[in-house]
Amino acid sequence: MNNPHHLNPTSLKSRFTTRFLRALTKIRAQKPISSSSPTEIFRRYRRIKVAADKSMAYSVRSRRIWSRAMLWKLRSRSYRRQDPCSGRRSGKTNQAIMKKSSNENTTTRREDGVGFVEEADELRQLVPGGETMNLCNLLDETAHYIKCLTTQLFSPIGKG
Amino acid sequence: MSGRRSRSKQSSVSSITDDQITDLVSKLQHLIPELRRRRFDKVSTSKVLQETCNYIRSLHREVEDLSDRLSQLLASTDSDSDQAAIIRSLLMQ
Repeated sequence: MNNPHHLNPTSLKSRFTTRFLRALTKIRAQKPISSSSPTEIFRRYRRIKVAADKSMAYSVRSRRIWSRAMLWKLRSRSYRRQDPCSGRRSGKTNQAIMKKSSNENTTTRREDGVGFVEEADELRQLVPGGETMNLCNLLDETAHYIKCLTTQLFSPIGKG
Repeated sequence: MSGRRSRSKQSSVSSITDDQITDLVSKLQHLIPELRRRRFDKVSTSKVLQETCNYIRSLHREVEDLSDRLSQLLASTDSDSDQAAIIRSLLMQ
């Protein structure tokens, strides 16, 4: 088949685009009769937004703390919809993620004299799984997270 | 992009050095358009982190905008914008 955008099939951009397109096709197929009502448009917007996050997280898999955190969040959300008693299960998984990413240098390590604790904590809120990361991991994960966000936006779907 | 891990650098309690932090912060600085121009200036870590937060927030907004446009697009049947044409052709493959 034609590949007008000449994507390297193993690249992150390519894996993301394929998954995202697949999800969009599914969402498009679910078009109800009143597909232009504001409610429907908003519902579809939510589904698309989740699909974008999901496609990126699955393309990165568990290679990164942030992608593991995002995958856990996505899975626990779908479990909760199906099974209201899954609260305990999600708690255990969260601990597992926290164990993986932190070490003796916990997030409460004081950065005395360096003066960027607040900014670091603010960043932790923005990066998935950030609350469990020490400073080194946070900086490293943030760089990768930013690269992935721009990949989403510069994929053939994003820029058109 | 290989999955480089910083865990190997942290074998003891006090093993995160200032140098490692400086390296990671400058790596981050290069990714942020606002700060890339000031590559050779000394930008404080606090400023880099602050701009990083702003940048991530703006990227999140752009993803939201994209999702918004896509949801309008999937609803419409007669959109003739370039993006619509490309996406439709991609979806039809």
